Amino acid sequence: MTTTTAKPANVPEQKGPDGGPLLEVRDLHVEFHTRDGVAKAVNGVNYSVGAGETLAVLGESGSGKSVTAQAIMGILDMPPARIPKGEILFRGQDMLKMSGEERRKIRGAKIAMIFQDALSSLNPVLSVGYQLGEMFRIHQGLSKKDAKAKAIELMDRVRIPAARERVGDYPHQFSGGMRQRIMIAMALALEPDLIIADEPTTALDVTVQAQVMDLLAELQREFNMGLILITHDLGVVADVADKIAVMYAGRIVETAPVHELYKRPAHPYTRGLLDSIPRLDQKGQELYAIKGLPPNLLNIPAGCAFSPRCPKAQDICRTEIPALHDVAERDGAAMPGRRSACHFWKETIHG
Amino acid sequence: MGRFVARRLLQMIPVFIGTTLLIFLMVYSLPGDPVKAMFGSKAADPATVAKLRHDYGLDKPLIQQYWDYISGLFQGDFGQSFTGRPVADLMADAFPVTIRLALFAFAIELVVGIGLGVLTGLRRGKFLDQVVLIFTLIVVSIPVFVLGNLAQFVIGVKWKLVTPTVRDSQDLSQLILPAVVLALLSLAYVTRLTRTTVAENLRADYIRTAVAKGLPRRRVVGVHLMRNSLIPVVTFLGTDLGMLMGGAIVTEGIFNVPGVGNTLYQAVITSEGPTVVGVVTVLVLVYLVSSLVVDLLYAVLDPRIRYA
Repeated sequence: MTTTTAKPANVPEQKGPDGGPLLEVRDLHVEFHTRDGVAKAVNGVNYSVGAGETLAVLGESGSGKSVTAQAIMGILDMPPARIPKGEILFRGQDMLKMSGEERRKIRGAKIAMIFQDALSSLNPVLSVGYQLGEMFRIHQGLSKKDAKAKAIELMDRVRIPAARERVGDYPHQFSGGMRQRIMIAMALALEPDLIIADEPTTALDVTVQAQVMDLLAELQREFNMGLILITHDLGVVADVADKIAVMYAGRIVETAPVHELYKRPAHPYTRGLLDSIPRLDQKGQELYAIKGLPPNLLNIPAGCAFSPRCPKAQDICRTEIPALHDVAERDGAAMPGRRSACHFWKETIHG
Repeated sequence: MGRFVARRLLQMIPVFIGTTLLIFLMVYSLPGDPVKAMFGSKAADPATVAKLRHDYGLDKPLIQQYWDYISGLFQGDFGQSFTGRPVADLMADAFPVTIRLALFAFAIELVVGIGLGVLTGLRRGKFLDQVVLIFTLIVVSIPVFVLGNLAQFVIGVKWKLVTPTVRDSQDLSQLILPAVVLALLSLAYVTRLTRTTVAENLRADYIRTAVAKGLPRRRVVGVHLMRNSLIPVVTFLGTDLGMLMGGAIVTEGIFNVPGVGNTLYQAVITSEGPTVVGVVTVLVLVYLVSSLVVDLLYAVLDPRIRYA
């Protein structure tokens, strides 16, 4: 007889090959040393992604979501950036302790990144075929001719019409959606274990957004890749993500399986974000907006960073930084995967 | 592309006529009579003067003279200098020397300028960058005749490392010093320009992509960064090569290089109209062609630019 431990159906916990998650970020801090002082962009972020799992990282501009991703990729400019504390474990190995050459070999081959604006992220003076083929030439030592054949294959795979004829074209000759497909193709080239997509659809119009997201989700399933999806678009997240981490001022303020977050947010900031989505049934009414501005990273407010903008803030919020509490049901039953960094998470989630 | 070249070539015709007419009018309206100047301080026989004037066509109206000159030009006849030598011969002597000097200076500018520019662009704000910044500032702010004479005196006369003046223009080692002096100013510009574009492109999104692809740094810099950064530099170098071909009056004068600049200088002070106009005409052509080549090169380097 076998004993099976019941797993919550909606929280996939796929493990990396050695048992741990594919990627685990532990207590990551990133700061930028600027002329005006030290900007604390990331202040103790923890998250993990398994193979085949999609983690959506949500937050406003300046919340540290992109910086965290760049720290994982190792493409932060250091200086001015500095990582004073933290670990980034890829298959159990801390990448921050690796040599530059070791990290370079992981970049692109094991962890790849898709950037927001494909027009500026692709080299304007090199053909897309050359840029795609470069992945194979550098990481696998393929010849120019073989690399070109692979590039055509890749372009077919992301469904770019007439790939063979267009392989020699330059980025500016493609439409926005096609360019983003090329970015995706480049990230997929070596079938990495993890893809980080930094706002992959922000620069695209809505119909193309859906196509690109579908393609990304489909390829992710096919290759069983981990995916970190960085976005500020709650609509995009709902369809593809497994779990969500909401970031504010360099901290994770709430984590939850995707649908639970929409149903019952456990942090006033998340609630504010959800209330700011335009809804058809509230047509004609004024749209809700979170008051105030994101905090200045050079001078993060004391206590909870969200407290100056929070409608429910109490005295304790201005003095004490809330820990990331485990969230539980009213009767005390655990809610796996749910955490909230609010002193009043109980009131927020249970009303 | 073909139509663009054709249009540009057609545009050259009015530019060519305009500039040559302008220089022709300017040279022949200069004070002083070249024919009288031939006699120096001796009294000139009016009959001889009139005959010479007629021989050189100087008694015709200016426009007629210009027409005669231009029609001669299209038959490959640059006219005769007042000393009796065909201007074409004079230029055939001067141009090879200048071309040799120009290519030498150009090579220095290319290698050292781009090299320093890339190094400082990659290490912005570091020690080397500061040193090069000061060096380029000095070079740009000191006039070339000061720089040239100083170099000639210190390196040529005091240290005796090279001959102070060029005695044999075939000997490349004698051309080193004039070439360096000639190259210095443009070298400073090339360095600054390369540094700026390298530093700017280093922050571009596609460089971040190249790093994220796991390319070695050598390749990120050598392929992705350089291909983009060199576009404005090549444009500058192209026009500069045209400029160097025109000879450098001051540098050639200081080092006594028998090139175009020197020839032109001598012709101007002796009121040698035909020589001045001839040399300048060729220079106009060199400029026109080199600017066309630069424009075409631009389209080759940057696929976003297409001429129709």
